[in-house]
Amino acid sequence: MSAIAGVNPATTHELFVLDEDVPRPTPLLGFAGLAWFAAATLVLAWPDVQEVERTELLGTLAAGIGGLLLLTWTVGWIVPSLARLGSHWAAWLVVLAVWLSAWEVVTAKLDALPLPFFASPQAFLEVYTDDYARLFDCLWRSMFLHAKGYVIGSALGFVSGVALGMSTRIGYWVHPVLRLIGPLPATAWIPLAFFIFPSSASASVFLIGLACWFPTTVLTWSGVSAVSTAYYDVARTLGASQRFLVLKVAIPAALPHVFVGLFMGLGSSFAVLVVAEMLGVKAGLGWYLQWAQGWAAYANMYADLFIMALMCSTMITLLFRLRDRLLAWQKGLVQW
Amino acid sequence: MVSAALEFEPDAAIAAPGGAPAGARLDVQGVSHGYVLNKAILPVLHDITLHANPGDFIALLGASGCGKSTLLRLVAGLDRPRRGRLQVDGVEITRPDPSRVIMFQDPTLFPWRTVWNNAALGLEARGELKHGRARVDEVLSLVGLDNFHHAYPHQLSGGMAQRAALARALVNDPRLLLLDEPLGKLDSLTRLTMQGEITRLWQQRGFTVLMVTHDVEEALHMAQRVIVFSERPARIRADLQVDLPYPRRRDDPELLRLRREALGLLGLESSW
Ligand SMILES: Nc1ncnc2c1ncn2[C@@H]1O[C@H](COP(=O)(O)OP(=O)(O)O)[C@@H](O)[C@H]1O
Ligand SMILES: [Mg+2]
Repeated sequence: MSAIAGVNPATTHELFVLDEDVPRPTPLLGFAGLAWFAAATLVLAWPDVQEVERTELLGTLAAGIGGLLLLTWTVGWIVPSLARLGSHWAAWLVVLAVWLSAWEVVTAKLDALPLPFFASPQAFLEVYTDDYARLFDCLWRSMFLHAKGYVIGSALGFVSGVALGMSTRIGYWVHPVLRLIGPLPATAWIPLAFFIFPSSASASVFLIGLACWFPTTVLTWSGVSAVSTAYYDVARTLGASQRFLVLKVAIPAALPHVFVGLFMGLGSSFAVLVVAEMLGVKAGLGWYLQWAQGWAAYANMYADLFIMALMCSTMITLLFRLRDRLLAWQKGLVQW
Repeated sequence: MVSAALEFEPDAAIAAPGGAPAGARLDVQGVSHGYVLNKAILPVLHDITLHANPGDFIALLGASGCGKSTLLRLVAGLDRPRRGRLQVDGVEITRPDPSRVIMFQDPTLFPWRTVWNNAALGLEARGELKHGRARVDEVLSLVGLDNFHHAYPHQLSGGMAQRAALARALVNDPRLLLLDEPLGKLDSLTRLTMQGEITRLWQQRGFTVLMVTHDVEEALHMAQRVIVFSERPARIRADLQVDLPYPRRRDDPELLRLRREALGLLGLESSW
């Protein structure tokens, strides 16, 4: 770090600019706090027309968020990182307060929208307070099932991709299979898989694995094939074994491609997870959706979708983090 | 010719271990080679014969595209010749060996490895890294990259990248060092410094050097013999002896005479 900074005057210049530019909390953040207080007042003071519970809890939560924002705004004058964080999200927080108020007014307060479809914020909240045990169990089962399938599928995809790229003999046998089976969507196997496999859980692991095996294989393979022969020449003249050429040359060089495959596989494996849970697994967030729909519990479906979205988005974020860590050498700026 | 390396006391810390002779003997006998291009064979080397004694510094001079890099690849053992034989110390060259290290025209550093880890590549590949860490540090400071151990290749200038590639080659204590236009990407100032550095290293270590260049002055300034190639397919036009002591003066009259001769052999007598 110091060596680079030492020879590069631009770095010191940038540091200097950063020092000057201490972030102050934007007034909009304070305004967002007030907006959440206003939303809380609206929830608590305006009597409900719909028959809903949890109005008090909702109001308290909104007031709590408002208080937290005002606190952030105040402390932000001393702690620059808080100021930066709060200022960044201030506009979003205002819009969310407005959105919550509008949603509350047209549902619980005025009953202006047809009921089973458009649940009130209170109903939404109530799903979490009353059904959290089941939701938590579903989340855990979904994650476990998905993790099993994804890890097995991408690991196999990675291995078969490397094998295809490195060995023509393996390529001879795997390539036709890949070309025939790979493009077939994994969901097409669902009826067969549930019939062939001993349990619906193992069938789902197979389906999820299949869904991420294909993109991981193809992109690992193309990554390994695209490695410049000059790298192999360098390593060979320095006495590298075949094993070294695979592990220390081909794989690191192919890693950017591998990650594209892992991202694609993650997307298609989510799709398979949800469908498999709806059709056969009888547990998990996908199953919960189906089950809630059975008795027209729309609030439960929204609450479930929200958790699902959080889960998928968290997984993608984690994969991004892993990529940034492993491919730090690719970026312009490297952290030490 | 007496090897210049023998006249110098090798630096004890960096001399080749085991007391083996530092430089390798190279025999290239009637080598012809070509590449398949558009279903025909493109002849690149034609009946090349050359012999290098242990510790020789030989420059290969020729126009771009005449086949110099091809010859180095054959000597490195990366490709087999279509005709003829290549031997190192009397043993047929059939595959690459870390005693014959090639520094390619492009630095081809591994972008996912830091400078230090790039330099350590050979040791790591042969499982000798445990005992060789000090060696890596030493060679990196030799090429002036002390402060850049943790830098990634994309953070280096072209010249620094070539020095890192040189370090990666030198770490292995080669007995035959193959340099393919090692200074091609350097600015003229760094280039002059590095010419001196490589010559100094060669004198210290006594390895055999085969250096490709298209720069007449560079060849004459550094090498004991300059072999001039014809246009593709390359034949040997001349084998010029440069019997001048090191360090050489660039305005030495003998050097200027050889320069005129070499340019004439390359068909450029009227252009200087
Ligand atoms: N792998 C290859 N396939 C086909 N032609 C090649 C290959 N490598 C080099 N050549 C051709 O061989 C000739 C000599 O190349 P090279 O040895 O790299 O020349 P230089 O003397 O500039 O180093 C060039 O005309 C080039 O186009
Ligand atoms: Mg070349």
